[in-house]
Amino acid sequence: MIRVLLPAHLRTLARVEGEVQVEVEGPATLRSVLDALEARFPVLKGTIRDHGTLRRRPFVRFFACQQDLSHDAPEARLPEAVATGAEPFMVIGAMAGG
Amino acid sequence: MSAIRLLVGTRKGAFVLTSDGKRQRWEINGPHFAGWEMYHLKGSPADPNRLYASQTSGWFGQKIQRSNDGGQTWEPVGDKFTYEGVPGTHQWYDGTQHPWEFKRVWHLEPSLTDPDTVYAGAEDAALFKTTDGGQSWQELPGLRRAKGHLWQPGAGGMGLHTILLDPSNPQRIYVAISAAGTFRTDDAGKTWKAINRGLKSPYELPDPDAEVGHCVHRIALHRSRPGVLFMQKHWDVMRTDDAGDSWHEVSGNLPTDFGFPIDVHAHEPETIYVVPIKSDSEHFPLDGKLRVYRSRSGGNEWEPLTKGLPQQDCYVNVLRDAMAVDSLQPCGVYFGTTGGQVYASADAGDTWTPIVRDFPAVLSVEAQTLP
Repeated sequence: MIRVLLPAHLRTLARVEGEVQVEVEGPATLRSVLDALEARFPVLKGTIRDHGTLRRRPFVRFFACQQDLSHDAPEARLPEAVATGAEPFMVIGAMAGG
Repeated sequence: MSAIRLLVGTRKGAFVLTSDGKRQRWEINGPHFAGWEMYHLKGSPADPNRLYASQTSGWFGQKIQRSNDGGQTWEPVGDKFTYEGVPGTHQWYDGTQHPWEFKRVWHLEPSLTDPDTVYAGAEDAALFKTTDGGQSWQELPGLRRAKGHLWQPGAGGMGLHTILLDPSNPQRIYVAISAAGTFRTDDAGKTWKAINRGLKSPYELPDPDAEVGHCVHRIALHRSRPGVLFMQKHWDVMRTDDAGDSWHEVSGNLPTDFGFPIDVHAHEPETIYVVPIKSDSEHFPLDGKLRVYRSRSGGNEWEPLTKGLPQQDCYVNVLRDAMAVDSLQPCGVYFGTTGGQVYASADAGDTWTPIVRDFPAVLSVEAQTLP
């Protein structure tokens, strides 16, 4: 079980409050967690990753265990603490105002 | 008794404003989708309780929302806008070619007869269509074959912002695109031609006969005469009487012919409205006076409408999709400002009242006349 923290706008869109939890088969990677998240909440398709290319949108970042995982490869394994559910995987709307 | 429902899109959410036919007391409902940019909302003429909304965010991309109960509840539908085939390229600022990239939906135009059919105008400019209530969208790629490689974005982006469906001919559609121009199809969207003859853009386009590249801000028609179009161009108010084959200027005595919206009275096809803005470098009214100008002669002779509008220290803008008319008697006229006011006139523009004063910047206003 993976714990995922979404930014407020995406929680509203997905109609959830607080953390959400997803199950992944096999290793917990950026791709497998986001695939599971989008499978459970189809409305999130296109909001974190672009439709088609599945590239991370420019002002969305990924953090866990105090590490910035935004530039990790989609297949890279997430930290063990995320895979075991001890720590959440965080999707962040980057501060990009000005 | 008739009622009016206004659909207001703002930089930070959508609002639904309702009134009875007197149009004096308004109920405000919202914000819906708080914090999101709501470029446009529009109801189906065939089923007024079926609404569509374009919800966008620089962070989280494009969503399309649909309501089946007049905006009380909403559900997300499809938001995958994929250019047909190889997306190709268009002109970039430095003269090179740049790939087409989907950014957002500027405008949604529901079919006049089928609540499940909607057209969507996108940035980078393209026209999409759904026939399943928004679940899936397909591009009408013939439009970009109308010299799309020569289109170039303006400062506001290369958005397809206006879609006019000809009520007398389902095969005919007009669209307008920022910094590209106006286009028409006569075969329901398969093939398109640029219809910009007569537009003059000497500062932007050195070629006086350029087929594309004109910065059209808005076009409008009256349903009883769909071959007559009115246009607010970047500069100049224009008119065509032959479905866009040729245009002539009708700016007449306007104090400035720069502006964004233009609309037509619901019952008088020769009565049109614009909001003159000082210039392209100063996007606010002349002399701090917010004035709608009305022509009852299809252009050239214009009168300022000022009663109820601020006549000093007003420096707001009125964006291209932020004016609408209802179809009651007398005709109601509405517009929203970048300062967050929505003004209503229940007497065809003679007098105005603010419905709200402190919304986020208004991007779009649509009026529904309900039985």
